Amino acid sequence: MNNLVIVPILLPFIIGVVLIFFSKHRTVQHVISAVAVTMLLAVSIYLAYVVYHEGIQTLELGNWPAPFGIVLVADLFAAMMVILCAIVGFVCLFFAFKTIHPDREKFYFYPFYFFLLTGVNGAFLTGDLFNLFVFFEVMLIASYILIVFGGTKYQLRESFKYVAINIFSSILFIVGIAYLYGVTGTLNMAHIAERVAEADQQGILNVIAIVLLLVFAIKGALFPLYFWLPRSYFGPPAAIAALFGGLLTKVGIYAIIRTFTLIFTHDPAFTHNIILALAGATMFFGVLGAVSQFDFKRILSYHIISQVGYMVMGLGIYTPLALAGAIYYIAHHIIVKAALFLFAGATQKVTGTTDLHKMGGLLKTHPWLGWLFLVAALSLAGIPPLSGFFSKFALILAGLEEGRWFIVFVSLVVGLLTLFSMMKIFMYAFWREQKHSEEQARTRVSGLLWPIAPLIVLTIGLGLGAEPIFRFSLEVAEQILDPTVYIRAVLGQ
Amino acid sequence: MRVNNVMLYTITRVVAFIILSFSIYLFFAGHHNPGGGFIGGLMTAAALLLLYLSFDLKTIKQIIPFNYTWMIAIGLLLSLGTGVTSMLLGYPFLTQFFDYFDLPFLGETELATAVLFDMGIYLTVVGITLLSILTIGEDR
Repeated sequence: MNNLVIVPILLPFIIGVVLIFFSKHRTVQHVISAVAVTMLLAVSIYLAYVVYHEGIQTLELGNWPAPFGIVLVADLFAAMMVILCAIVGFVCLFFAFKTIHPDREKFYFYPFYFFLLTGVNGAFLTGDLFNLFVFFEVMLIASYILIVFGGTKYQLRESFKYVAINIFSSILFIVGIAYLYGVTGTLNMAHIAERVAEADQQGILNVIAIVLLLVFAIKGALFPLYFWLPRSYFGPPAAIAALFGGLLTKVGIYAIIRTFTLIFTHDPAFTHNIILALAGATMFFGVLGAVSQFDFKRILSYHIISQVGYMVMGLGIYTPLALAGAIYYIAHHIIVKAALFLFAGATQKVTGTTDLHKMGGLLKTHPWLGWLFLVAALSLAGIPPLSGFFSKFALILAGLEEGRWFIVFVSLVVGLLTLFSMMKIFMYAFWREQKHSEEQARTRVSGLLWPIAPLIVLTIGLGLGAEPIFRFSLEVAEQILDPTVYIRAVLGQ
Repeated sequence: MRVNNVMLYTITRVVAFIILSFSIYLFFAGHHNPGGGFIGGLMTAAALLLLYLSFDLKTIKQIIPFNYTWMIAIGLLLSLGTGVTSMLLGYPFLTQFFDYFDLPFLGETELATAVLFDMGIYLTVVGITLLSILTIGEDR
């Protein structure tokens, strides 16, 4: 028992509730939320420290023993995701202070911001399938509100599609849970994993695995089900888009990795090969979308899709090295993607548009913006000293070891196309002749660059310190590849 | 033309009172019988809504000047508070405590902290239901 496990969920929840009382006082809201998000970062780092040194931490809520009550589990993977969530939450909050219009702040922006963090942290830390559903809903309902925030015509139209597709997938999630409960008679993930290993019901378990894969694929934007993402992420302001681009799809990916390493390990020849095929298609079609677009934010949104493919590819290959690569990739991607969306917000602040045809010459007037963006863009494309390279390298190495030539080929091509589309942004927005007026050229963006700077430092740090970090992700991968560790920590035998 | 709804006013006065008391009964019945914070809260909201429907918004706002947004927040804080209290006492989050007390009039009664948790749900449900209905209703 360790109450520390619930603090990353409880802290943003309580702060979100308290902020409701101060919805009309701008400064009070800023101070409270800034302090809270700093505390959240500190708590999640401390949680990871404890998990790293003392093994998996569990908390049985309400003092009920494990398979009967709700249990929260913090293993290395969950603790790492909680830290990443806190980092993105921290950075986007300070960016939001500078960019969100004061009128919007009055209408409960910060409470919903913290409720979103509650849902994300809860989804990472829960050890119970139904609880996972509830935290998904907490996260999604907060995201529905943040995505439509401000109520422009475009946002209203696209958020309707976003809400519709997510309600559909939530219903499917419930159906999947009901099937699984019908087969195993329990909802605790460790207990389900135990029962699945005992039950000799491969056919029906495969069906349930695919139903849940479908659900998480909608949330995480995998190949045939990603159509909602680029349009709905285009609408909201940059701080919110960065939070979504950094976190939301990765919750779906986390759920896929969790369920397909813990529960559905009975027939990897079937399930994991489907995942691998989906990963290839997701990467390829996502990056094709990015290449075809001519809009800063839309290109970034399509890149989310193609890179979700890399993470799932690591799961599909299903060796320790591949999973370590996928985990490294998640960490790298959350950081870089949040940074890139914030850059899109900063350039939009200068030029007033996200259309690449209408931009140009930003490098001359805003050199810092340009060069920092270049670092993030190269990191996303996977250029050696930066973090993107090592994660892709591990994935490709694992693919070659397993003899999966085709997926390795696809991922290399996708890497090339990613570089191409990032360079397209750089060339159109930052080179060429200046298209923005002299008045716009005097816009100061240093206030906006300060919140992004930590992310750039992190992506450089992740690249330069690749060896210790990769050893850590190998440890994470070995822990999640051996479900008995998790089961023993939860059920305690 | 001004319609004088004497029948509606008279019946509302009686019926709203009955619904309110039944909703409070349901709220306290939750531990041993069907009922609880959610259904109790919905029913209280129904009673208040009946008042809003038969009289107009302005009158009722003067008589019951609740801020429903704050009601939601207070309800959430109450529910979270019961969980945090058990955390501060060194138990896992949301551990519930109960004991038997000899109360005047009621005799031996079981008091549980789960009721406080339910109270939070009750306030949140009342707040959310009325807030959403009144937000739509006040819109012109």
